[in-house]
Amino acid sequence: MESSRFYFFVFAIAILASPALSDLLLSKVDRRIYLTSHIVRISSTLKVENAGPEMVSEVLLAFPEQQAKNMAYLMATPHEGKGKVKNPVVALPVEVANPKDMPPALTFFSVSLPKGLAEGGSFTFDVLAVFTHALRPIPEQITQADIQLVLYQDSAYYLSPYAVKAQSLTVKLPDSRIESYTKLENTKIHGSEIKYGPYENLPAFSYSPIAVHFESNQPFAVAQELVREIEISHWGNVQITEHYKLIHGGAQSKGEFSRLDFQARPNVRGASAFRYLVANLPPRAHSVYYRDEIGNISTSHLRGDSKKTELLIEPRYPMFGGWRTAFTIGYGLPLQDFLYESEGKRFLNITYSSPMVELVIDTLIVKVVLPEGSSDISVAAPFHVEQWQETKISHLDIDGRPVIVLKKTNVVPEHNQYFQVYYRFNKLSMLREPLMLISGFFFFFVACIVYMRADISISKSSASYLAKHQWEEVQAVIQQVQNIISRCLAIHDKLEASLRDLYRTGDIQACKAARKAADSVLKELSRELKPLLTTLQSSPSAAQILPKVEELVAKERELQEKVMVKHSTVVDGYEKKSGARDIENRVALQQQKLTALRQEVDDLLEFIDEI
Amino acid sequence: MATMPILPNMPALDLIKSFKLKTKQQELLIRVSILCLVYILAFITRLFSVLRYESMIHEFDPYFNYRTTLYLTQNGFYDFWNWFDYESWYPLGRIVGGTLYPGLMVTAALIYRILHFLRFAVHIREVCVLTAPFFASNTTLVAYFFGKEIWDTGAGLVAAILIAICPGYISRSVAGSYDNEGVAIFALLFTFYLFVKAVNTGSLAWSLASAFGYFYMVSAWGGYVFIINLIPLYVLVLLITGRYSMRLYVAYNCMYVLGMLLAMQIRFVGFQHVQSGEHMAAMGVFFLLQVFYFLDWVKHMLSDTKLFQAFLRITVTCAVAVGAIALGLGMLSGYISPWTGRFYSLLDPTYAKDHIPIIASVSEHQPTAWSSFMFDFHILLFLFPAGLYFCFKRLSDATIFIVMYGLTSMYFAGVMVRLILVATPAVCLVSAIAVSATVKNLTVLLRSKNKGVQTGSTKGSSSSKASSKALLDQSQPFQKNGAIALLFGAFYLLSKYATHCTWVTSEAYSSPSIVLAARGAHGSRVIFDDYREAYFWLRQNTPPDAKVMSWWDYGYQITAMGNRTVIVDNNTWNNTHIATVGRAMSSYEDEAIEIMRSLDVDYVLVVFGGVTGYSSDDINKFLWMVRIGGGVFPVIKEPDYLVNGEYRVDKGAAPKMLNCLMYKLCYYRFGEMLTEYGKPPGYDRARGVEIGNKDIKLEHLEEAFTTSNWIVRIYKVKPPNNRW
Repeated sequence: MESSRFYFFVFAIAILASPALSDLLLSKVDRRIYLTSHIVRISSTLKVENAGPEMVSEVLLAFPEQQAKNMAYLMATPHEGKGKVKNPVVALPVEVANPKDMPPALTFFSVSLPKGLAEGGSFTFDVLAVFTHALRPIPEQITQADIQLVLYQDSAYYLSPYAVKAQSLTVKLPDSRIESYTKLENTKIHGSEIKYGPYENLPAFSYSPIAVHFESNQPFAVAQELVREIEISHWGNVQITEHYKLIHGGAQSKGEFSRLDFQARPNVRGASAFRYLVANLPPRAHSVYYRDEIGNISTSHLRGDSKKTELLIEPRYPMFGGWRTAFTIGYGLPLQDFLYESEGKRFLNITYSSPMVELVIDTLIVKVVLPEGSSDISVAAPFHVEQWQETKISHLDIDGRPVIVLKKTNVVPEHNQYFQVYYRFNKLSMLREPLMLISGFFFFFVACIVYMRADISISKSSASYLAKHQWEEVQAVIQQVQNIISRCLAIHDKLEASLRDLYRTGDIQACKAARKAADSVLKELSRELKPLLTTLQSSPSAAQILPKVEELVAKERELQEKVMVKHSTVVDGYEKKSGARDIENRVALQQQKLTALRQEVDDLLEFIDEI
Repeated sequence: MATMPILPNMPALDLIKSFKLKTKQQELLIRVSILCLVYILAFITRLFSVLRYESMIHEFDPYFNYRTTLYLTQNGFYDFWNWFDYESWYPLGRIVGGTLYPGLMVTAALIYRILHFLRFAVHIREVCVLTAPFFASNTTLVAYFFGKEIWDTGAGLVAAILIAICPGYISRSVAGSYDNEGVAIFALLFTFYLFVKAVNTGSLAWSLASAFGYFYMVSAWGGYVFIINLIPLYVLVLLITGRYSMRLYVAYNCMYVLGMLLAMQIRFVGFQHVQSGEHMAAMGVFFLLQVFYFLDWVKHMLSDTKLFQAFLRITVTCAVAVGAIALGLGMLSGYISPWTGRFYSLLDPTYAKDHIPIIASVSEHQPTAWSSFMFDFHILLFLFPAGLYFCFKRLSDATIFIVMYGLTSMYFAGVMVRLILVATPAVCLVSAIAVSATVKNLTVLLRSKNKGVQTGSTKGSSSSKASSKALLDQSQPFQKNGAIALLFGAFYLLSKYATHCTWVTSEAYSSPSIVLAARGAHGSRVIFDDYREAYFWLRQNTPPDAKVMSWWDYGYQITAMGNRTVIVDNNTWNNTHIATVGRAMSSYEDEAIEIMRSLDVDYVLVVFGGVTGYSSDDINKFLWMVRIGGGVFPVIKEPDYLVNGEYRVDKGAAPKMLNCLMYKLCYYRFGEMLTEYGKPPGYDRARGVEIGNKDIKLEHLEEAFTTSNWIVRIYKVKPPNNRW
C-alpha cells in the first residue's frame, strides 16, 4: 500500500511538472544502484548538453522527497574516462536549490559546472548519492530461521527536470536470490544484477516505478548515536573514545531465540544476525580497548600492520533484528601523525567519522577536547556540521579544557573525511600540571615539617606538657654528654694511634706532642661536661637516668686515667730504651683493664642511647 | 697488645660517621619504612584480580553497593537517604535509605568527592573497586598502633605485616570486593584500638574518639553487634578480676552513651540500642558500672566493713531485681524485641538449619571446616595459642582485651565461615605477640652471647638476672646454636606464611566470580563471560519496565547490570516473597504461570551449568528453593523431589522433579545437545549424568536468550492466549 501511494504521488508529479526548465538535456545517463549493503549507493554518470543559446553553469539534480529524506551524502565529480591516470578528483560544488515552478514533492540540488556550457557544449560528470534506511524489510518480522528479505523502490527512468536521450540502469544485489522484481520492457537479469534499459528519448520527469524484493543478510548495523571524543595531549597522544549505541536495523526478530540452533547452524538459523563488526583504525593505534557500561568485553581481535590497524569486535551477543547493544571503544594515536603547525597556530587534522566498516550513524557527535589553555579556536569541516563549545574538566584541570562539539545526523562511511581544528597553545602551559603536582607534594611536606616542629599544645602550663618539655631538655643535655664522651673516646683512640706510630717510627717527640694536645683537649672537654652534669642533677625528670650518666662519666674518667698511665709507661719505656717486650709486658695488664673499661663505657653509651 | 691494622682512609670514615644516624633515628627510619612498605604491600597484594581481569566489581552484594554509590554520587545524599527503589522486590519495592548501612557508600562517595576536588577525574567505579584495598592498608596501620598499645612496637610491626597479607582478611578485601566488610574491619579494629587506648589512659578524648569509631562501624556493617557485646563483656571481666579503675569507668561510660546516641542516627539501626535484646548486655553493664561506682563511693564513706557488707547485699539484690524486672517487663510488653534468628544461629549453630532455611542456604553461613581455618590462617593457627600464652604471662588491661577478642571471635569463626573475617585481626595481633616476643628473646640471647665471647667475662654490668645468665654461660654453645636454629625456623615459617598468603590470594580469592575462567585444551585461558552477556542482553533488549524473576542470588546483579526490576534479591528481608519464587520454580509449568502472572513476571532467568560443568548453578541450589518454598507453602514437599532421599536429575529422578519449572527451564532443548565427546546427547557435565527428561515442551514460556556457554538462560513469559 505504501508503494501504491508512491505510484500515485509520482504520477501527480508527472502531470504537474512543467515541460522543461532550460534548454539543457541529458544525452546519456548511466545509473548503477548498489544494494550490496544496507547503505544504498547510486552512482550515475550524466552527460549534459546545452541545446539552448544561453550559457549554463548549473545543472539541477532531482530527487523525490522520499529519497531526499534518506539521503546522507551527495557528491558530483567530473567524469574521467577509463584508463586515465586517476588524478585527485576535485568535487563539483553541490547546493540545495529551490527553482521556481517546480513540483514541491521533489528536492533539487544544483551542481555548478567548472565552466559554463556554451551552446552545443557538453560535459560529463559523475554523481554519487548515498542513502540510508532506504531498504525496507518485508516481512517486517522474521523468526530466527527465516532469511531477511528487503524491498527497494526507485524509478526505472532517471528522474530529471531535463529530457533524457539515452539511459540505462543497473541494480546490483548482494546475491542472486531475488524474491521478485518489477519487469518492464528491456529488463534483463544477470546473476546478481538486474538491468533496465536502455531507454531512449524520454521527456523530463519521466518516472516508472520499480521495486526489487531480495534477500540481504548483510549486517544492518545502525548506530543510533555515536559520541566520538578526540582528546589531545601535547605530551604525545591523541586519545579517541567512541561510544556507540547500536541497533540491528533490519527485520525485527520474533519468537524464540534458540542458542542450540544458532550454535549448530549459524548460517541457516541466524542468517540475518551479525556477530561482529570491523573497524579500520589508523596505523600505529595503541592501547585499544573495547568495553561497555558493565565492563570489558573480551571478544575482540586486533591485527595491525604499517598501513592500518584492523579491529574486529564482537558484541556480547549475536545481533538479531531489532536487538540493541551499546559499547565503547577507545584507542590512542601518536600525536605527530595528526597535529601540525602552520602560521603560529596548531591544527589537528583527523577523520571525522567512525572507523567502522559500513556503519550508518543516525546522530554523530564529535567532541574535540583541546588542552587546557588553548585559545583562538576555529574549525574547518568539509561539510556542514552543527557546532558549539563546551568545557570538560579532566585530571588536574583548573578551569577545564575547551571542547569543540560537532554534530551531524545521517552519517555514512563517505563522510569519513579529514577536518581541521585550529587553535593556539603555549608550550609552557604543558608544564602547568606537573608543576601543580610538584608544588602539591612540596606543600604537603612543608606542612608535615611545620607540624613536627611547631609546638601546638594548647595549655602550656599543664603538668604533662611541662614534664614533656623538661624531658626534652634532659634528652638534649644527655645528647651533649654523649657527644663529649664520644669525643673523649676519639681522643683515646688518637693516643693509641700515636703509640702505634711510636712502635713503628720510634719518634718520641711526636708522641709527646700528641699527648700534650690530647691533654689540653681533654681538659677542655671535662670543663664542658661540668655544667651539663649540674643541669642534669638539678632537673627532676632526669632522676631516673642520672645514675647511669654519672656512672658513664666516672667510668670514662677512669678509662682516661688508665690510658694516660699506659701512654706514659710506654713513652717512658721508650725514653729509657727498654726492650719492646719489656714494655709490652708492663702494659699488658693495663691493656686488659682498658679493654674491659672500654667495653663497659660502650655498653653504657648504648644503654643511654636506648632510653 | 698486637699491632692493629691501621685503617688507611680515616677522613672518609669520619665523613660516613658524621652522616651516621643515631640508634634511635635508625630505629625510627626502619620502623617508618617498614610501615610504608607494609602499607603498599597490603594494597598491591589485593590487585591480582584487577591485573588478571579488569577493574570490576565482584560477587553479588557489591553490585548493590556499587549501584547505591552511583546513585549517591549522582543524586546527592538526601535523595539517597530517601530513595525508594522500585527496581527490586517488585511489587513491594525497597526503602533503600532505611534498610542499608550507608557507611561504605558514603565513604566511597567522599573519597570520590575529595579526588574530584583535587582534580583527579576518576570514575566512581575505580573508587569503589579500590576502596577495600585502601582500607586494608589503613587497617595495617591500625594493627601496628594496636600492637604497640598492647605489647610493644615490635609486636605492632609484626601485626601490621601479618594482617596485611592474611588470607582471612584478603578474602573480603580484594580490589573489586566492594562490600561492607571492606571498611568494617578497619572500623572494628580502629574502635577496639581507641577503646583500649581509652582504658589505658583514662582519657576522655580517646573514649570520645572510640565512640566516633563505633559510630563509623555502626554505619558500615551489622557486625557492630559484636563490638557492643564484646566491650561490655570485657568490662565485666575486668570488674570480676578486680581490675576496675576510674580509667575504665570513664572510657566505658563515655563510649557507650555517646556511641549509642550516635548509632541511633543510622536509620537502619534506629532505636535498637534501647529496644533490642542483642544490645541489652551493654546497657546492663552500663548500669552495673554505675552501681559499682556507687558502692565504691559508699565503701569510701563507710569505714565499717560489716555495715558495708550488709549494704552491699541489699544494693546488689535490689539492682539485680530491678534489672530483671525491667528486662522482663520490656520483653513481655514487646518493647524489647527478642533476639533475631541470625543471632540465635550464632549461639546455637544448629538453629538456622531447623528454623530458617534462608540463612542456612547461604554457603558463607555454614559452620567452618578445619581446612578453611588452615587455609585462611596458616601458621597463625599455631601461633595463636602461643600468643595467648605470652598474653597471660604479661597480663594487663590491654592483653585481657585482646585475649577476649581472640577467644570470642574464634568461637564465632567456628560457627560461621564468614566470621573468620572478624577473628582475623585478633588472630594476627595475638600471633604477632608470639612472634615478636619469641624473636626478641632469641635475639637478646644471641647478642648477649656475642658480647660475652668478645669481652670474656663481664660480671653482670646491666643484666638483672645474674643467675639465669650464669646458667646460660654454662651451656653456651648449645644455647647459641639453638637460638640461631630457632630464629631460622621462625624465619622459615614466616616466609612460608608469606608464600602461602600470596598463593591463596592469587588462586582462591582473586576471581571476580562474575567472570569465570578456565584452562583451555592448549593451556590458554578461556573466559566465560556469560553472566554479563545475559545481563547486558536484558539491559538492551527488554522493555525498560520488564520484571525479571530469578532466584534471589542474582537479584542484585540483575538490577545493577541489567537495570531491570527483579522480584527478589540478595537483601533477603521478605521470606514469603522468596518462598513464592521458590514455589513457582518448583511447581509444574501451568501452576507456576499463575504465580508468575500474579507477580507480573515478564522474564525468567535461570543459571545452568550443565554445558560447562559450572557447579554452582540453579539445579544444585534447587533443593533450597524447595525447602524455602515449602517452609511457607506446604503444597511444596521436599520428598516429592527426592528418590529415596537422594537428589538426582537423571532417568531415576522423581517425576515431580523432572517436570517442575526449574528443571524444564534449565534443560529445555538440552536433550538435543552434545556436550562431551563419547557421551549421549543431554549429558549434564556439572552433575555427570544424562538427563532424565529430554523432551521438554514449554507452553507458557519461550526461550528468549541463552548465553554462548548456556550458563544463563532467559525465558519470556508469553502473553495469555486470546480466548477466541
